[in-house]
Amino acid sequence: MKIVVPIKQVPETSNVKMNPETGTMVREGVESIINPLDLYAIETAIRLKEQFGGKIIAISMGPGSALEAIKEAVAMGCDDGVLLSDGKFAGSDTWATSYVLANGIKKLGEYDIVICGERATDGDTAQVGPGIASFLDLPLSTFTSEILSVKDGRIKVKRLVEGGYEEIEMTLPATMTVVKEISDPRLPTLRGKLKAKKIEIPVWGLQHIAVKEENVGLKGSPTRVVKIFTPKVARQGEKIAVRDEETLNEAVDKIMDFLIKKEFI
Amino acid sequence: MGEVWTLAEYRFGKLSSVSFELLNRGKSLAQKLNAPLASIILGFAIKDEDINELIARGADKVYVVDDKNLENFLVESYAKVLIELVNEYKPDILLAAATTTGRTLMPYVAVRIRTGLTADCTVLDVEDETGNLLQTRPAIGGNILATIKTPNTRPQMATVRPHSMKPALPEKGRSGEVIRKKYDDSTFKTKSKYLRFIKDESQQVTVQDAKIIVAGGKGVGKAENFAIIDKLAELLGGAVGASRDVVDRGWKSYPHQIGLSGKTVSPALYIAAGISGAVQHIAGMQTSENIIAINKDPDAQIFHLADLGIVGDLNEILPILIDRIYDYKKREASANV
Ligand SMILES: Cc1cc2nc3c(=O)[nH]c(=O)nc-3n(C[C@H](O)[C@H](O)[C@H](O)COP(=O)(O)OP(=O)(O)OC[C@H]3O[C@@H](n4cnc5c(N)ncnc54)[C@H](O)[C@@H]3O)c2cc1C
Ligand SMILES: Nc1ncnc2c1ncn2[C@@H]1O[C@H](COP(=O)(O)O)[C@@H](O)[C@H]1O
Repeated sequence: MKIVVPIKQVPETSNVKMNPETGTMVREGVESIINPLDLYAIETAIRLKEQFGGKIIAISMGPGSALEAIKEAVAMGCDDGVLLSDGKFAGSDTWATSYVLANGIKKLGEYDIVICGERATDGDTAQVGPGIASFLDLPLSTFTSEILSVKDGRIKVKRLVEGGYEEIEMTLPATMTVVKEISDPRLPTLRGKLKAKKIEIPVWGLQHIAVKEENVGLKGSPTRVVKIFTPKVARQGEKIAVRDEETLNEAVDKIMDFLIKKEFI
Repeated sequence: MGEVWTLAEYRFGKLSSVSFELLNRGKSLAQKLNAPLASIILGFAIKDEDINELIARGADKVYVVDDKNLENFLVESYAKVLIELVNEYKPDILLAAATTTGRTLMPYVAVRIRTGLTADCTVLDVEDETGNLLQTRPAIGGNILATIKTPNTRPQMATVRPHSMKPALPEKGRSGEVIRKKYDDSTFKTKSKYLRFIKDESQQVTVQDAKIIVAGGKGVGKAENFAIIDKLAELLGGAVGASRDVVDRGWKSYPHQIGLSGKTVSPALYIAAGISGAVQHIAGMQTSENIIAINKDPDAQIFHLADLGIVGDLNEILPILIDRIYDYKKREASANV
């Protein structure tokens, strides 16, 4: 079984800092990591390989630094990787990104499953996975929480939807995006790390994959960012401390007043 | 000027209320653009009363595709039908809810018709000079807001965060046009098959649909204590949310998780009890309309977001609160007799 896992390198956002003047993220000194939600996709691929054998290829579109993310994926257990990188790809929106990734995947030859993360923690769109599926004209399961079976060229999966789960079956090749519930990502192994150190990751630019220049980068992107700004997060909240019976009752009174005034009860 | 379209959601023989929220969005855009407002409804055995409901709540037109093959959502067939409709009628704007359906269908469609799509918008407006749709959405875990437009291609597509707008109310005596479309079997050929739906009994109310969410964090202390969160949620007719630490400990299942690696929600009221307010948690709930936080630690991050913050032990406060709500409801009920 050949599995392709598109992974994105994103800034580590757990202590993200914003520049209050420009409203942009302070990127200096911010570490880059594999999109945390892509780790579940990698883990899913590794488990499928453990069960059915085969090969896993991590693919990423991004700047040269994204090689690090691919190597980390190799350290976790991916067999190979490829980086799609070209100055002309810069500024791609989700349409153009899906286009480039789909064409990169096509160039990899035959494959059975493409497994994406649910969404990237920087762009937060969750659009690239379905976009890739659409460009490749493949069946798609989003929000996949469990793989039920793979046999006779079909994969049966469970997806998390409003109010419960849905089971669907797809013919292979197929695409999916996965949620955290599907697996617990493993840590890189020592053997994996050694392999990652040595591996040569090919870098493909515009001319390597059959993409049209007018379809990539800012020029190929149907959307435009008009402005970016920082939301007002802080609220004019009232805060009361419970210290004894009396303040406890006061606090409960306050909550009750709030609920009644806003007609929640 | 092309039409403004909103995608109604029809599941298990019922229109979901996000369909009416979208109509409310669509209404103000259509007014500004002086364009007709239409709803699209795809499904099987769609009831006339549901079609009329869309008209009553603001749709000037309703496009209906009723087919056995559309009984359950499969992205391939839904996308094909939607693309046919878009190509035939060329709407200017196409909005869907940022539900699991909308977030799957819309990107699949946008790719095929080569147009822009903005995810999970919380604000929509029209640019005065050009009439372009201005789509504002949170990104980077809600740390920034970005306004995005699709200047050169049509339709301009967006998914809209559920609960970021109130549902449009029905008006008596509104009339509208109903356009029924049929497609032949080739449209419904898919490489996937719908098998079944399994209801999650632990989610009486799901977090994505809830107007009120009562969420518990590690501060709840242990699995058994979560009963008090469940109780409060039930009493308020809301859903139960949880932080990741709670889900990782197995006190609640993953569908309850709110945050970066869980669900993003915007309820009218979010009660956070024993949750510290880590950025990854906040990413999933900061657009809630009202937030009440209960935490022992006066410096907990969550208090920065709270409209009402209570510094104290949730295991002391919530039981009393629950009793008070009971009493209040009983009094209200007897007063109304
Ligand atoms: C990639 C990534 C993704 C993540 N995704 C998510 C996500 O989707 N959702 C999420 O929630 N987290 C997520 N996290 C984890 C997040 O960083 C925090 O670790 C988590 O939110 C903390 O959960 P908590 O607030 O329940 O626990 P804690 O941070 O331990 O906070 C518990 C709080 O309870 C208070 N408390 C204790 N006892 C009481 C009491 N008796 N009464 C009142 N208050 C009390 C304490 O003062 C404390 O503030 C993610 C992290 C990473 C790295
Ligand atoms: N530049 C990229 N390179 C590789 N994979 C990507 C890239 N962008 C997005 N993806 C994949 O698409 C998923 C959804 O990303 P997004 O649509 O940006 O939220 C991610 O979890 C990745 O699996």
